[in-house]
Amino acid sequence: MAKIVTYRRPNPDSQPPYLHPTYISSIKRAPSKSLIYLPHTLSEVTGPSFTEAAIDVKACDLTRQHSGNPLGERIIVSGRVMDEDGRPLQHSLIEVWQANAAGRYLHKRDQHNAPLDPNFTGSGHTLTDAEGRYRFVTIRPGSYPWGNHHNAWRPAHIHFSLFGPAFASRLVTQMYFPGDPLLPFDPIFNCTADENARNRLISLFDWETTIPSQALGFKFDIILSGREATPMEP
Amino acid sequence: MKHDDLVGAGTSGERVVIEGHVLDGDGEPVPDAIIEIWQANSYGKYAHPEDQQDKPLEPSFSGYGRIPTDDEGQFRFTTIKPGPVPDLDGKFQAPHIVVSVFARGLLRRLVTRIYFSDEPANATDFVLNLVEASRCETLIAKKIAGVSGKLEWNVILQGPNETVFFDCGL
Ligand SMILES: [Fe+2]
Repeated sequence: MAKIVTYRRPNPDSQPPYLHPTYISSIKRAPSKSLIYLPHTLSEVTGPSFTEAAIDVKACDLTRQHSGNPLGERIIVSGRVMDEDGRPLQHSLIEVWQANAAGRYLHKRDQHNAPLDPNFTGSGHTLTDAEGRYRFVTIRPGSYPWGNHHNAWRPAHIHFSLFGPAFASRLVTQMYFPGDPLLPFDPIFNCTADENARNRLISLFDWETTIPSQALGFKFDIILSGREATPMEP
Repeated sequence: MKHDDLVGAGTSGERVVIEGHVLDGDGEPVPDAIIEIWQANSYGKYAHPEDQQDKPLEPSFSGYGRIPTDDEGQFRFTTIKPGPVPDLDGKFQAPHIVVSVFARGLLRRLVTRIYFSDEPANATDFVLNLVEASRCETLIAKKIAGVSGKLEWNVILQGPNETVFFDCGL
């Protein structure tokens, strides 16, 4: 029988807790009993894979999904997805979703009185390439108010969903923008105890990917769990 | 990307519909949850390169599903009962589906499993044996009386009947 090469467990401080009372929605939704440690089996070290055939090549450009141009500041968000050992995670699905430039989601439960943009849906996906690279063209999302506490505003963010190579590497997270004045006040951003881990969620402004007269570039690299041992080459 | 019917043309195995609710600590429905599932095919083979068992793959069955809850917190999906896959000691695990739960208020996903009520192999499954007996029930999808092929399995996020959740790393 083939040996199972398990995934390393993250440092607890580098990941959010389930219960973070200043984030009100976590209070009734966080589990109250301790989680049971699950050794990784074949069920966890395998996971869904997505081929080019399942991908809409236009889905990586969120500014070209309608007949007109969306309002707002055009940006390019790009980076690499790697494991902790620096191995690129290739041909891996990344999905993003975000508010429009006014801070409004195209979602029936979003009641914010900012305008919808008929030229912006706010969701996209792509596969990483052989070096683990990805690139989205989109618009800079607006900040939006939410009901967590009095005068609560989310810093501008883009939701990221990653599969990586296995069920054990599945991650949903949020990317933030450098210098956002709302970051110190956001209970979701601040739920991760380790400051370095938290700051890795802030993208970097990047001249290299900035296109003259077109769009500002932001870099966002994503690190998923590494393996406990080097997998055998086939 | 909703994907709530995993069964394609020619997929082998016993077809099952699994339905239930996602409920919070007050028993209120969670209408914004997403259930993601991953499972082997009816032979117990995962569509993934690290499954090197000598068992058939089926092009019509990827083993992946994504199901959002509706306004009443309910979800439903159609799949086949997976075959047994190996555990870590050269034995087999009881047939199961691995599950991620996402929702507003969950700062990271919750990981759980669905097992099947009519399975003698549950008694010796090493993962079920990690769980105190009184809580194992939360991991087992139960037959709905009078409806063949339909199973009920719920996700209780918090409280005395809380679903068993696993620490899977990320
Ligand atoms: Fe958001």
